[in-house]
Amino acid sequence: MSAVQTTASRPMQEAPDQATPFGPKPRRISAGRIGIYAFLIVAALFFLIPVYIMVVTSLKGMPEIRLGHLFNLPGDPTFQPWADAWLHACTGRDCNGLSPGFYNSLKITVPSVVISIICASINGYALTFWPYKGANLLFGLLVFGAFVPYQVVIYPLIIGLSSVGLFATLPGIIIVHTIFGMPILTLLFRNFYAAMPVELFKAARVDGAGFWRIFIYIMLPMSVPITVVAVILQVTGIWNDFLFGIVFAGRSNWPMTVQLNNIVNTTTGVREYNVNMAATILTAAVPLVIYFVSGRWFVRGIAAGAVKG
Amino acid sequence: MQKSWRQRFHLPAVIGTIPMILVAVGVFVIGIGFSVLWSFTSSKLFPTYDFVGLAQYRRLWADNRWLVSVNNIWFFGLMSITCNMVFGYLLAVFMDQRIRQEDLFRSIFLYPFAMSLIVTGLVWQWVLDPNLGLQETMRNLGWSSFSFAPLVDANTAIYALVVAGIWQGSGVTMAILLAGLRGVDEEIWKAARVDGIPTWRTHVSIVAPMMKGAFATAFVLQSVGVVRVYDLVIAMTGGGPGIATSMPAVYVIQLITVRQNVGQGMAAATMMLLPVLIVLALAGLVLWRRNRVQEAGV
Repeated sequence: MSAVQTTASRPMQEAPDQATPFGPKPRRISAGRIGIYAFLIVAALFFLIPVYIMVVTSLKGMPEIRLGHLFNLPGDPTFQPWADAWLHACTGRDCNGLSPGFYNSLKITVPSVVISIICASINGYALTFWPYKGANLLFGLLVFGAFVPYQVVIYPLIIGLSSVGLFATLPGIIIVHTIFGMPILTLLFRNFYAAMPVELFKAARVDGAGFWRIFIYIMLPMSVPITVVAVILQVTGIWNDFLFGIVFAGRSNWPMTVQLNNIVNTTTGVREYNVNMAATILTAAVPLVIYFVSGRWFVRGIAAGAVKG
Repeated sequence: MQKSWRQRFHLPAVIGTIPMILVAVGVFVIGIGFSVLWSFTSSKLFPTYDFVGLAQYRRLWADNRWLVSVNNIWFFGLMSITCNMVFGYLLAVFMDQRIRQEDLFRSIFLYPFAMSLIVTGLVWQWVLDPNLGLQETMRNLGWSSFSFAPLVDANTAIYALVVAGIWQGSGVTMAILLAGLRGVDEEIWKAARVDGIPTWRTHVSIVAPMMKGAFATAFVLQSVGVVRVYDLVIAMTGGGPGIATSMPAVYVIQLITVRQNVGQGMAAATMMLLPVLIVLALAGLVLWRRNRVQEAGV
């Protein structure tokens, strides 16, 4: 975590306005410098080209795509494929586009994120300040759960959820996301609270505050940074989920990723590449926006989750 | 007596962590226990308790589809982790050369990780689609004999998966390793330079060993991802052509949903769990020994 923060703080020092040079004087442009930039630019192209292809193709009409010039800019840009992807693209017999999937993803993601973070913050708090007998064993099991292949737990969960009538329902998929988010989030919150001064907690105890009071009035207001990391982690994770969605959500609640895959991979007849690519961009849009808005927090979330695992 | 019991068992703390207790015990102990239990039964669509010993495991290891899946996961895992690490480290080293526009490059290298593996799989499926992607484009540009269609060939489809995996994951490796590189003391570089050690040597022999933590983090992150690789395969190849890119994760889901053979599916799932258990046990042992050494030292 600390190593990540060092990187986070450094570019801020390096970002004074252009007028005042910073650091050692740049050497003359040498072959080495050119090599460095050449490597980085080629690498950047590798990362950018697939998305460039998607964007330009989604703006072309099908006749233009059949000409087979993948890299050309659209001669006659049209947003029709985007509208079709959102409203009319077909999965099997129903042609309602991606929009139902988008709303399903919202309905799944928002409650899952809220519930899983509430659970995990209480877990982390209890584990740090109120460890009862066996609590650390529970935590160990939870951490173990972070490494378990999902396939080992999926079937028992299907059986368990159907025995209480929650299989293939919205609450069912929310529970599943809460379960699988819990290990990493609990780890995150526990590490965060463990780094807090204990005196804070002790002082509140002396003043007679109990478990919930300390949590709500002292810990929660101080947990904003870690909560931001947790929200980023969970929103992108749950929005991008495919496996749990297809297994646990049920046909009427299928999230966007599942609908996207159905639209693209089960089309009968002509493959409408432009519509498919527009649909793909739409599905990727939410996590991408979060990524570009959150910037460094995003990396910090990934690293913080893994570093102490 | 009453008081000490209360101190050890603060009721609100227990109540607050009921979800954790349910998940830790209910899902990760009892759930996995049932999975293992069902692997010894002849369960078909629904679980039964008709025990058949190791018959499901014997059938599993006689199933060509499973053998291909196991081969694939080893190959995919070794290839994608190695490539990811090498490429990620190279990117990190080049990023660390006081370059301009560092933030821009970082954003470019990292953004694929924000996207779903389904999206990644579809994107690369198109790039490599013989009728649409690179092959068709090169042919249209006049190179009519150009042939590059890895996804339709059973021998090469898995390389395409590796490339997509690198595209999605190497940015994260870069970010973690870059953080590790920046954590290495500037003095070490200076000392190495004074001693006249070439830069690449400093990297390989001095700096890289000092970044053990960062490497371990990146490695763990990727290994967990490799074992769970499902979405990418489904979106990109669907396990094909034929069964050429089937993976254990795909195999298990197919058995419990399409092929309705829960017993054998659970045997396969247990086999997936086994290496994870072994690695975790080893890691636990190492940590425990280290703690004991530390305690003995104090």
